[in-house]
Amino acid sequence: MTWEIVIGLEIHVQLATKTKLFSGAKIGFGAAPNTQTTLVDLGMPGALPVFNEAALRMAVTFGTAIDAQVCKHSVFARKNYFYPDSPKGYQTSQMDHPIVGLGHLDIQLEDGTTKRIGVTRAHLEEDAGKSLHEDYDGMTGIDLNRSSTPLLEIVSEPDMRSAKEAVAYMRKMHAIVTTIGISDGNMAQGSMRCDANVSLRPKGQEKLGTRTELKNINSFKFIERAINIEVERQIDILEDGGKIVQETRLYDADKNETRPMRSKEEANDYRYFPCPDLLPIEIDDAYIEAIRQSLPELPDQRSARFVSTLGLSEYGAAVLSSSRHLADYFEAVVDVCDDAKLSANWVMGEVAKYMNQNNIEIEQCPVSAARLGQLICRIKDDTINGKGAKTVFEGLWNQTGEVDEIIASSGLKQVNDVFAIDLMVDEVIANNPKQVAQYLEAQEDKRGKMLGFFMGQVMKASKGSANPGQVNGLLAKKLNALC
Amino acid sequence: MTSKTLDQISKDLAAGTYSSREITQDTIADIKTRDPIYNSFISLSEDLALAQATAADVRIKAGTADILTGVPFAHKDLFCTQGHVTTAASKMLANFVPPYESTVGQRLLTAGAVCVGKTNMDEFAMGSSNENSFFGAVKNPWDLTAVPGGSSGGSAAAVAAGLVPAATGTDTGGSIRQPASFCNLTGIKPTYGRVSRFGIIAYASSLDQAGPMCQSAQDAAMMLNVMAGFDDQDSTSVNQETPDYTADLNLPLTGLKVGLPKEFFGAGLNPQVAQCIMAAVKEIEALGAQIIDISLPNLELSIPAYYVIAPSEASSNLSRFDGVRYGYRCDQPTDLMDFYCRTRAQGFGTEVKRRIMVGTYALSEGYYDAYYVKAQRIRRMIKDDFARALSQVDVIMGPVAPSPAFDLGSNTKDPVAMYLEDIYTLSANMAGIPAMSTPAGFVNGRPVGLHIMGNYFAEAKLLNIAHQYQQVTDWHLQKPPSTGLAASNQEKGA
Amino acid sequence: MAIENADIEKIAVLARLQVDPNEINDYTNSISSILSLIDQMQQVDTNGIEPLSNPHDATQRLREDIVTCDNQRDAFIAIAPATQDGLYLVPKVLD
Repeated sequence: MTWEIVIGLEIHVQLATKTKLFSGAKIGFGAAPNTQTTLVDLGMPGALPVFNEAALRMAVTFGTAIDAQVCKHSVFARKNYFYPDSPKGYQTSQMDHPIVGLGHLDIQLEDGTTKRIGVTRAHLEEDAGKSLHEDYDGMTGIDLNRSSTPLLEIVSEPDMRSAKEAVAYMRKMHAIVTTIGISDGNMAQGSMRCDANVSLRPKGQEKLGTRTELKNINSFKFIERAINIEVERQIDILEDGGKIVQETRLYDADKNETRPMRSKEEANDYRYFPCPDLLPIEIDDAYIEAIRQSLPELPDQRSARFVSTLGLSEYGAAVLSSSRHLADYFEAVVDVCDDAKLSANWVMGEVAKYMNQNNIEIEQCPVSAARLGQLICRIKDDTINGKGAKTVFEGLWNQTGEVDEIIASSGLKQVNDVFAIDLMVDEVIANNPKQVAQYLEAQEDKRGKMLGFFMGQVMKASKGSANPGQVNGLLAKKLNALC
Repeated sequence: MTSKTLDQISKDLAAGTYSSREITQDTIADIKTRDPIYNSFISLSEDLALAQATAADVRIKAGTADILTGVPFAHKDLFCTQGHVTTAASKMLANFVPPYESTVGQRLLTAGAVCVGKTNMDEFAMGSSNENSFFGAVKNPWDLTAVPGGSSGGSAAAVAAGLVPAATGTDTGGSIRQPASFCNLTGIKPTYGRVSRFGIIAYASSLDQAGPMCQSAQDAAMMLNVMAGFDDQDSTSVNQETPDYTADLNLPLTGLKVGLPKEFFGAGLNPQVAQCIMAAVKEIEALGAQIIDISLPNLELSIPAYYVIAPSEASSNLSRFDGVRYGYRCDQPTDLMDFYCRTRAQGFGTEVKRRIMVGTYALSEGYYDAYYVKAQRIRRMIKDDFARALSQVDVIMGPVAPSPAFDLGSNTKDPVAMYLEDIYTLSANMAGIPAMSTPAGFVNGRPVGLHIMGNYFAEAKLLNIAHQYQQVTDWHLQKPPSTGLAASNQEKGA
Repeated sequence: MAIENADIEKIAVLARLQVDPNEINDYTNSISSILSLIDQMQQVDTNGIEPLSNPHDATQRLREDIVTCDNQRDAFIAIAPATQDGLYLVPKVLD
């Protein structure tokens, strides 16, 4: 049987407000437990919520950025359940009247095509605290610093058909929320995490299969792994004639497996009702339009500009605009060196390679855009060649000095002296009579390739510092003169 | 001291007749001596009160005193008081000492008023008799075999017994007005949103409203002046200027249009109570008012709708009492579920648990529309009834309760019978309009209150009417026999 | 509406209230009679009437995004039944 994978994502984005959704408590990652709480976040008797204006503005900004319906009337509802990290015994969320309605977002697939993913809704809600499972005399410790931190929950339509599409959607969402500045998008700190609804159906069948919900996935890598492993699990069950149980499962990255969540086993009835301590949010067209007008350049627009004005390929433009920070970095490099193509090659090449090896994001890149820009300038003004530049880049990465210092100290300065290069070329031709003979015997169209050997010898002799363009020209001239 | 009004004490303090410290000490000593009869207090805040009184005396001497500076009062034990135990009359909070003060409490502190203690009440304000208290029932000073009313029964009894000149109360379905009526006091439930709910332990958020319980309309106006006002910590607080509620007290009632809804005078009403109310209405007519028959056709529906909305909101509001961050916690839980279930079962009393279960049921899947949403639609019908009526008349009058205070223990077995007692008071909370009770006579020695309801933010008008009525009657001056002050009662009321 | 002991048991779990076997009949009876009182509503035609959640039909006020409170952990932790290292302690939570 051929199975079709159906995936929908619920992405939780922590909004970059200074204070909580309903209180004036400071928000900050890594504070000592329970030091960023007020009586509102702690659910003290008599405490009352007051809604944070910045959270509203950010939610509306998001709605306009994905071209969604922004609802002029939205309502906070209480989702009632008992859990130690939920201090009031309910979570304030939005149910029947979310702030953002239907919208959409386009993702680029690997084959270069674009696919539109529907966004069902996005609603505001408060985050819960954290349960710390280290042993406190056989008990669990509760830290409520995160309690009442504003979240935007973005619910997609079940429009994705592979783990890769889910990752592309998540990446695009990440690019958008960071571009419009409503979240720092820091997945390691939980600023963006997602639940994936995964189901299978026989190819061609309309009716959706039974889904499972994978909870709290907090990296792009884990989304792909978690979905793939869950798909495998479901296929095994279905092909053995079994049935999928609708349940909430947890992805265990260490074991690379999903397992049912024990706390979610018991059926719940959340008893949603409009929160009587908060009133309906009413906004008007002018408010929405003002926000729409102030939207920054969005990732798709930026990508299009990279193609049209900077002359990048569609692929390069899409990669570089996939994250706001990456795109900002790239543009800052271009600003310094004034060479978009070379900048794109470096950012997608060396920079990406080092980031991958070190498992970091562009925000943590030790080589600033300005330094990379200077390095590219030195390539362009023939101070160094491409190979030398890679060595300089390594130095920059390890923070051994400024661009020109590294060039000077490592003897990588390119030799542009025609006489010196001329001498080296002569020497190489003289020391390699066998290869020269082969070259002379070869057909003309094969000679270009064979020139590489001599190039390598000259570069070696110059310890990589000879200007490769000059070497190439001289070699060709001198060898051809022997014919 | 005990028969003195707030107004009198304020004048005495200003004149230096006695100091705040003196009257505070006397008040506390008097409560210690006499309250065992009534059980109207849950706790006394002697040290805090004396410190506040000392500070008040400094202000009085310095000439920076406000009208309530140095005046003793009591808080219903639903108002969080910083550094002083706040119980909501529940075992759940028997040891709860809030590290914060309610907005109303803060306003009173800022004004220099001296809080001597916390009064008894129905647990979490759920009840109409003050028999649902972890700290025991309160007795009505007018008749020790009768209930004082609820849920602000302790505040009512304390003021009626002359233990304090005034007390705060809260009113979700009549909890200020009905005990005021049962104890011969002047009590006002302001417009929803007029008084901040911040720091008052919530029962039903969309209905709760705090107000004063006093010996006269004049005193109630003085208290409300301090209690009322916009609070940016309460999203439902209304940002509207607060008038001086004492300013209009002396306006004549000439031309006032008073509506009498026929539904307030139906079969359930005790005929003697009806007589008292009609006599009061006659007095008001004599003061120049015009009496008009009106109808509030959906009044009866306020009972079922209220007993869906209030328990639903309560079931959610009371979920925070889980033994994790404060309050009661059960011993030796076997697991998390057991921890929750036993903490809450042991911490809450029977009526509270019953209302939590009713509310949980009403909000649960499959019932939400039939119960909660339906009740909210009926709520709008009730609001619309008042809007229609108040477009014809300035105020609406009637009884506060179908009968005078009932006997202790008489309704405890039957919650529905108890709920029906609230028939005349619930609708004002449903609509959010201001409403008050003012003394209007006695039936067999038990007080009867006249209910006055008005349009949104018409508190000054209500207090004006009550004050004018109190200028030509002396019901409000009568003192309960149990206090030993009744000898001064005049023929008319005894 | 008549409800049965089994309904009460279900509600009690949702509301996290332990109900002892000797109390359950009382709860079932009293809550049944409350529900019959409430069911008077069902006779009323409320078609076309908007539900009312707030008496003023008011709308939400917005709070400026500025920090207005300091760290008061010590005061809050001091009134908690069980804490360690600034954390609230509860029986083991399963994830």
